[in-house]
Amino acid sequence: MAIFLNKDSKVIVQGMTGATGMKHTKLMLADGTNIVGGVNPRKAGTSVDVDGTEIPVFGTVAEAIEKTGADVSVLFVPPAFSKAAVVEAIDAEIPLAVVITEGIAVHDSAAFWAYAKSKGNKTRIIGPNCPGLITPGQSNAGIIPGDITKPGRIGLVSKSGTLTYQMMYELRDIGFSSAVGIGGDPVIGTTHIDALAAFEADPDTDLIVMIGEIGGDAEERAAEFIKENVTKPVVGYVAGFTAPEGKTMGHAGAIVSGSSGTAAAKKEALEAAGVKVGKTPTETAKLARAVLAG
Amino acid sequence: MDLFEYQARDLFAKHGVPVLAGEVIDTPEGARAATERLGGKSVVKAQVKVGGRGKAGGVKLAGTPDEAVARATDILGMDIKGHTVHKVMIAETAPEILEEYYVSYLLDRTNRTFLAMASVQGGMDIEEVAEKTPEALAKVPVDAVEGVSAEKAREIVALAKFPAEVADQVAEILVTLWDTFVAEDALLLEVNPLAKVASGDVLALDGKVSLDENAEFRQADHAALEDKESANPLEAAAKKKNLNYVKLDGEVGIIGNGAGLVMSTLDVVAYAGEKHGGVKPANFLDIGGGASADVMANGLEIILGDPDVKSVFVNVFGGITACDEVANGIVQALQLLADKGEEVSKPLVVRLDGNNAELGRKILSDADHPLVQRVDTMDGAADKAAELAAAK
Repeated sequence: MAIFLNKDSKVIVQGMTGATGMKHTKLMLADGTNIVGGVNPRKAGTSVDVDGTEIPVFGTVAEAIEKTGADVSVLFVPPAFSKAAVVEAIDAEIPLAVVITEGIAVHDSAAFWAYAKSKGNKTRIIGPNCPGLITPGQSNAGIIPGDITKPGRIGLVSKSGTLTYQMMYELRDIGFSSAVGIGGDPVIGTTHIDALAAFEADPDTDLIVMIGEIGGDAEERAAEFIKENVTKPVVGYVAGFTAPEGKTMGHAGAIVSGSSGTAAAKKEALEAAGVKVGKTPTETAKLARAVLAG
Repeated sequence: MDLFEYQARDLFAKHGVPVLAGEVIDTPEGARAATERLGGKSVVKAQVKVGGRGKAGGVKLAGTPDEAVARATDILGMDIKGHTVHKVMIAETAPEILEEYYVSYLLDRTNRTFLAMASVQGGMDIEEVAEKTPEALAKVPVDAVEGVSAEKAREIVALAKFPAEVADQVAEILVTLWDTFVAEDALLLEVNPLAKVASGDVLALDGKVSLDENAEFRQADHAALEDKESANPLEAAAKKKNLNYVKLDGEVGIIGNGAGLVMSTLDVVAYAGEKHGGVKPANFLDIGGGASADVMANGLEIILGDPDVKSVFVNVFGGITACDEVANGIVQALQLLADKGEEVSKPLVVRLDGNNAELGRKILSDADHPLVQRVDTMDGAADKAAELAAAK
């Protein structure tokens, strides 16, 4: 079953014909993703041969949906044009928009989030500044390497791309139902809570691994949510204990402001909700193994 | 990016927010002409990005141009909570202040929207107001698409209980401030105090502004606002090379790919350091996805140039990036540095996992560089790097 993405997902790529879009379209196809089209208004009506697969290019997301029944869009659109591209996806009411782009201005992501909300949140947004999501063995929407691990019964939600890969690698012999990179920006669409709720409801997931990092209070709120709503075991990891106050650590959202957003506070909140939190990614993987072993 | 007060003042003035006259100078003598231009008296204000400068003696009145020079002499070079004063603002003396208010716009991450905050108890630390008299601080969500219309501004004014005689002025200022907030891609815009003066006018007397660096693609003039003087020299050098680098106070230099993994690497090194004399990470450096030899060389050059660094830990998980490219990058980087005549004497511990890890490890083993050690787990490599730093 997995969450948000499965073998039946029909995926289009906004920004497919750019260098990054093309590179990852190839990789997604190689992972078995059913890519049904690309979107580029200047190349509408043409098609692109991607390693032997002929992929049509549509002028708009709406047209792509009409012609192919697409229900997922992956966006590799440069920051300056991302807001318009996400708004277009929302207007077309595509059920899932995965925004990979890094470096989108906060006023733009706040605006497309507000717009999605005003339209009744018919489009789930994942990202921006994220690696996307993968349901191993079924479909891959984004840039997570498809060959790290196999299908299995762990669900993973993470703010960080490389920590997603690291954790999938640590637990590669067990495998994952789905892994979702929600992104490290200050304003993101899908949150830890959304993914936790979906994994809780997913019969193919037995254990949830949740990775957080400094900045904001998403992990604290996730801890509250777990306490009230999650019956499956959750194992956690938080990065950034050694981050100094007031410095942005790579991700635009990864910043400790005054005494808020610290890793220590997040770990404490998660532990208070019964989540086992590892000191290192490797130790976190060990905790997950121990829980699964009963 | 946080701005200095004078930069915030200039930004306000540019967008039509009422402010007092003021200009920034960096030599005592500059205070004379500036004060003369203001009619012979001024306020000399230290420009530092930290609160409490008044109490620290960083804000002084000057009754004559000579006095302004003397005050500027005192204040320039002063240390305020670890911040050296490189610039002072020579500001118009404020007319008699009758009341002090507070207004701000900021990003509300929790609710994924913007927030307007306003209070008639301005002039002091707003966090103190929020704590002691939370009812005196109005917090009003602002929709990113709808923004602050005249109607919305009146709603904020009413909720914060501004006196009737200033309500229209404050509402108008709130609309102008919102336009400034959006036009400049600000993440925070705060006026404290927003003051009612004897003439009845309402003026922005001091302000704090933080700008979104991700918006630089459409904010060409923001680059000039950067404070190059106070920047750490290693951070400045890294920025020139487009590296995502933060200087820290430990001994183990860190290079990794991906912000989350690098943050995690810092933590793992700090834990390992507990067993090795308390050594800590010396920096954050994320070389990102495509770690070419050049990027690796640039990163290594910055880190090896840090006199605090005693050992280096390169921690890479190859996702899309292939570890053989990373390994080649390391070998070539060391060669590049040797060719430049730079002496490399600090040990490097390298951990490669993921895409093409075996190939990458083989490249390092074959190169057999005397300073490079391979450790194939993250925790093990962190321990080795901490041990080497402690031994130096």
